[in-house]
Amino acid sequence: MVATLTRIFGVHNLALVEDVVQDAFCRALEVWKFRGVPDNPSAWLMATAKNRALDVLRRQRTVRTFAPELGQLLESEWTLAPVVEEFFAPGAIRDDLLRMMFSCCHPQLGEQARVALILNILCGFSVDEVANAFVSSHAATAKRITRAKKILAGSKRLFDIEVPADFSARLPAVLRALYLLFNEGYHGASPQSAIRAELCHEAMRLVSILLEYRAAATPASHGLMALMCLNSARLAGRSDSAGNLLSLGDQDRSLWDRQLIAKGVKFLELSATGSEISEYHIEAAIAAIHANAASIKETDWHSIVGLYDLLMAQNPSPIIALNRAIAVAQSESAERGLEEIAAIADWKRLAEYPFFFAAQGELELSRGSLSAAKQHFCTALALARSPIERRYYEQRLAACD
Amino acid sequence: MSEFAFLYRGPGPSGSPEQMQKVMQKWVAWFKDLREKGHLKDIGHPLERAGRVVKGAGKAVHDGPFAEAKDVVGGFTLITAKDLEQAVQLSKGCPILEREGSVEVRPLQKIDM
Repeated sequence: MVATLTRIFGVHNLALVEDVVQDAFCRALEVWKFRGVPDNPSAWLMATAKNRALDVLRRQRTVRTFAPELGQLLESEWTLAPVVEEFFAPGAIRDDLLRMMFSCCHPQLGEQARVALILNILCGFSVDEVANAFVSSHAATAKRITRAKKILAGSKRLFDIEVPADFSARLPAVLRALYLLFNEGYHGASPQSAIRAELCHEAMRLVSILLEYRAAATPASHGLMALMCLNSARLAGRSDSAGNLLSLGDQDRSLWDRQLIAKGVKFLELSATGSEISEYHIEAAIAAIHANAASIKETDWHSIVGLYDLLMAQNPSPIIALNRAIAVAQSESAERGLEEIAAIADWKRLAEYPFFFAAQGELELSRGSLSAAKQHFCTALALARSPIERRYYEQRLAACD
Repeated sequence: MSEFAFLYRGPGPSGSPEQMQKVMQKWVAWFKDLREKGHLKDIGHPLERAGRVVKGAGKAVHDGPFAEAKDVVGGFTLITAKDLEQAVQLSKGCPILEREGSVEVRPLQKIDM
């Protein structure tokens, strides 16, 4: 919605666009209080936003300039409505979304700011959610986003997706944002549900739109799509019927979507061209090993450790180091895993991350050190970000008795 | 049974989308409850927060209402209840009260002919 409205109002009116969207949302909720939520709330919201856009254009067209390339079309009442109507057609919305994502990747912005901007204005992430995705503070993230919006509002026009050179320079940030969008759905910290499949699906939808553009169909994009398919194939198994998270060992692997796994593997093959190996390739390869293994025991942990080594070499992070340590524990022993965790250099960045402690709890539990395990699960429990996480850690704590 | 109007006053929606959505769901649940108990005569409508005020014999037209946000009537509903007492009791479930709003409960004037 932001993308479509920005196309009409121009990037320099981004603040106005956000107001219109906010306003459409408030109105919708006011009416829904009385009438109930309609069957297709998003279409309803779109229609409301469209009407608000028309209002604003009529009221302000004499005092503001909107999208320069639309200029006169918006000035005459004869052309105004049809032009706006056209922008709200499904096909146009798709293109605008893409154009807007690339517009957010302004050359004056660093990659983190680009990604933060996409997540905040196009993916509906709150400042806190963006901060979480970057393992960063609320204040720093809020500042970064405000600054980025100012720079974006200073740009003359929306990004032209037909210019190939610039396109590839901006692609990495777009892929990164979609990757984070997917991850937020896959293991985000929403209080309502630990898994938000709709975010995963939205991310996949956006990547498949990207893949239709030849310049965007790079090995990294295919790798990302492969990763998303292989992980979302396992979504159905990740929680039980009450919405509680299940650990990998407790998951019913027959619930995994074989078709989606096959699709993921196909994308992984497509991604294997050229010399570039992106993080997405490696993570997809890890996901493929999990997806194709019959059980935890029969999983090729040795290869997984090797893939995590590659990831660490490319882009070291404490979270990857933690995952690597868990794989080491499976491939060798719990003791070795704990050693690896103890050796994580910047573990302090994980001090608020419940899974960091839960992972140690699991390893202590599996080698029979019950009191150490308990302690770790207690810490994890205290850090839990949602009722679902809390329930999960309580359950693990109970398993120590 | 008598009829009553509930007039809702309060600030417009605010907060994060999730919070606003929660508030909306509370309203839906409250109305549903009233309907199931047979008190909902006409669910009414939310009102735009600004319009025109026409005043006096001169029929002067002003933009408005320029009351404070919390004093603007944001919507109305028609209720059936045994008496004013019961209508007031029903109004106490209204989610607007959790957000510093108010419900004005007014019996409809009726004269049986």
